[in-house]
Amino acid sequence: MGFFDRFAVPHPNPAIYASMVAIGLTVIAIVAGLTYFKKWGYLWREWLTTVDHKRIGIMYLISALLMLFRGGADAIMMRAQLAVPDNTLLDAQHYNEIFTTHGVVMIIFMAMPFIMALMNFVVPLQIGARDVAFPRLNALSFWLFFMGAMLFNISFVIGGSPDAGWTSYFPLAGNEFSQSVGTNYYMIAIQIAGIGTLMTGINFITTILKMRAPGMTLMKMPMFTWSSLITNVIIVFAFPVLTVALAMGTLDRLFGTNFFTTDNGGMDMLWANLFWVWGHPEVYILILPAFGIYSEVISTFARRNLYGYKSMVASMVVISVFSFLVWAHHFFTMGQGAVANSIFSITTMAIAIPTGVKIFNWLFTLWKGKIVITTPMLYALLFIPLFTIGGVTGVMLGMSAADYQYHNTMFLVAHFHMVIIPGVVFAMLAGLTYYWPKMFGFMLNERIGKITAWTIAIGTLLAFMPMFFSGLDGQARRMYTYSASTGFGVWNMISFIGALGLAAGFVLIVYNIYHSIRYASRDIGSDPWDARTLEWATHSPVPAYNFAVVPQVDSIEAFWDAKKKGHILFKGEYEKIHMPNNSGVPFIMSCIFFVWGFSFVFSMWIPVIISTIGIFACMALRSFEEDHGHYISVEKIEETETKLRGVS
Amino acid sequence: MKIDHSLPLEYSTEENRLKVLGFWIFLGAEIMLFATLFASYFTLVNRTGNGPAGADIFEITPVLMETIVLLTSSFTIGLGVHAMRLRNKKAMLSFFAVTLLLGAGFLAVEISEFVHYVHIGAGLQTSAFTSILLTTLGTHGAHVTLGIFWGLFIMLQVKQRGLTPETANKSFIFSLYWHFLDVVWIFIFSFIYLKGMM
Repeated sequence: MGFFDRFAVPHPNPAIYASMVAIGLTVIAIVAGLTYFKKWGYLWREWLTTVDHKRIGIMYLISALLMLFRGGADAIMMRAQLAVPDNTLLDAQHYNEIFTTHGVVMIIFMAMPFIMALMNFVVPLQIGARDVAFPRLNALSFWLFFMGAMLFNISFVIGGSPDAGWTSYFPLAGNEFSQSVGTNYYMIAIQIAGIGTLMTGINFITTILKMRAPGMTLMKMPMFTWSSLITNVIIVFAFPVLTVALAMGTLDRLFGTNFFTTDNGGMDMLWANLFWVWGHPEVYILILPAFGIYSEVISTFARRNLYGYKSMVASMVVISVFSFLVWAHHFFTMGQGAVANSIFSITTMAIAIPTGVKIFNWLFTLWKGKIVITTPMLYALLFIPLFTIGGVTGVMLGMSAADYQYHNTMFLVAHFHMVIIPGVVFAMLAGLTYYWPKMFGFMLNERIGKITAWTIAIGTLLAFMPMFFSGLDGQARRMYTYSASTGFGVWNMISFIGALGLAAGFVLIVYNIYHSIRYASRDIGSDPWDARTLEWATHSPVPAYNFAVVPQVDSIEAFWDAKKKGHILFKGEYEKIHMPNNSGVPFIMSCIFFVWGFSFVFSMWIPVIISTIGIFACMALRSFEEDHGHYISVEKIEETETKLRGVS
Repeated sequence: MKIDHSLPLEYSTEENRLKVLGFWIFLGAEIMLFATLFASYFTLVNRTGNGPAGADIFEITPVLMETIVLLTSSFTIGLGVHAMRLRNKKAMLSFFAVTLLLGAGFLAVEISEFVHYVHIGAGLQTSAFTSILLTTLGTHGAHVTLGIFWGLFIMLQVKQRGLTPETANKSFIFSLYWHFLDVVWIFIFSFIYLKGMM
């Protein structure tokens, strides 16, 4: 095999060549644009080297939106292929690659960064901190995630995409059945992004435990911060399992070990177990911050405090424990016997109890509240019934005896989309709309926002409700086509229409952003929603140091008390503020990680060794570097505050 | 930077306290990493395929040497941190140097052990058992290797910059890491070697 042959796509078709051209043109356009407008220095100084949690949050947000469209394009292709029986739009191989990348991109490169975006932006503001505990580590987390995502995304034009499903079960994902480098991309890209996520977990636990404003005890933290704390604890305990599983998978594929093979004692079910020991907690890593966002949004727009604060916290703690005790329900049919299945059935159904507590707490918050229907609130109100459909069908799937009927059918696909889209995606869109004015100093258009919310909600129902029926009728997931005699055609056509609806909704989001950038008022004050928590007590957009004076807290809703009950939030004079310095090392180190990952995928050992040395050199450099940060002087703070007060 | 002189140097600033807590959380993640490796080991320990089992290849002499060397190094780094608290830079550096030398001795024995395993037909690819055995041992060994370089860098910094809140903090965190590797080794010694030889 010649050196360059390895980079060829194994199953090329015109769409892939078109993508190659499009990627090339986009890169040229970006480089040319940056050069023409002389923005390279700005990009480097303000964004690539930044350690500001707010900017890192915004970069996560942009990445998440880009990946939403990448994963969405996959989804549309899949639904188009299945829209009519015996369709020949995609062949089996191409379809396999697309459902694999759709799953990985949506979970790991869309939902995760979306959550990281909101956590990064909101948590330090909500607890009255000036930044996270380890700002530079935070930048490294982001850039590792970003490089992992880029590495995964180039797979479809260089060497071929993974095609063994997002779960990548062995032996299918082993060398024998997945011969292209696709699954190498899967193992290594997710590994790189996963290391970043683990570091975020450590960073945020430390931040939340140690950097809260004076007076803010644990039980006075806003609910989103609570949900972030618990999520990050789950991250720290779940992600190392994935690290090990991916490392073993990599060793099996590249170094001929026998962890998950079918001979020499290898055990393919070990992968399934390890994957889901991480994978199930991962579901809660996604959903708990979403619940946190809903708690904030619902209490703000019901104009009253959150009902059942303590039970909200307790239910999240219970969920986080149970999330580690249910993994085997993902493979009830794969032979672990009646006793194990029964135990995992019971633990699975038990999760419905704390989740139910949360749903009722939201309903009781709405009860007797003065509900204001804004776009974020509309998402939250649509979430409750839609998510319940997903949740209840989850309990159906949790019954191991019945699961033999549902397993690996479209019923399952419908279930987890009905959980993740109303649960996570609606929450992220609600959070995006809710925090947009805090991020950028202007609001998104409410009318377009509400139309978008309805479009997406109706699209979701149209796309996924039919799958419950076709699934119960026996349509298996991951089948690239079916015959007309099965009668699945009509359901899949409805799904396709729903998918187009969803796509229209996502395009509307982009249009809304464009429209609001052009026309929205910049004169909105710092608290446009009449909200209740600390992040609204500072200016919009937020100055680099977040709060000129550290806020004093003595209740759950300190800002609300400051507005309504005369609580004094900011006591004392301006003092000089210590801030961390920017650094290019996280970005450069992550670039080297990208080279390392790419070389690893193609087993090019010399670049692997060189880049490994490069990575350790960056770490050594960091060790020897003396960086004491810098101070923002009182005059500078006064100047900034006067300027911001002027516009707001 | 506010320095609280009532606390040991490594805890004396807010930043230092954050870093110590952060590192404990990182060690929590490391426990999960090794727990996953151990769980996989216990799952695969009897799946030897055509290769040897643990009882066929384990030898007590090198393993005891590794154990004694590594446990001693944990003791010496404890002495090093104690010397640091007494602000005795020279003693501290000496104990750290002994620790790293013992670490290097451990690695030397472990590498010769690995070479021996491969020679007698128990390589990485032989069976599921040898794969997980060498991966678990190798992950620990890689941690020790990284630790030796890290410790060396910290020693150089203490030598150049003296005992400041920053260098003390780094040295203390490094000692946590080193003790942790020792704890992992105790599990490897008990549940992989001793149990395997029985």
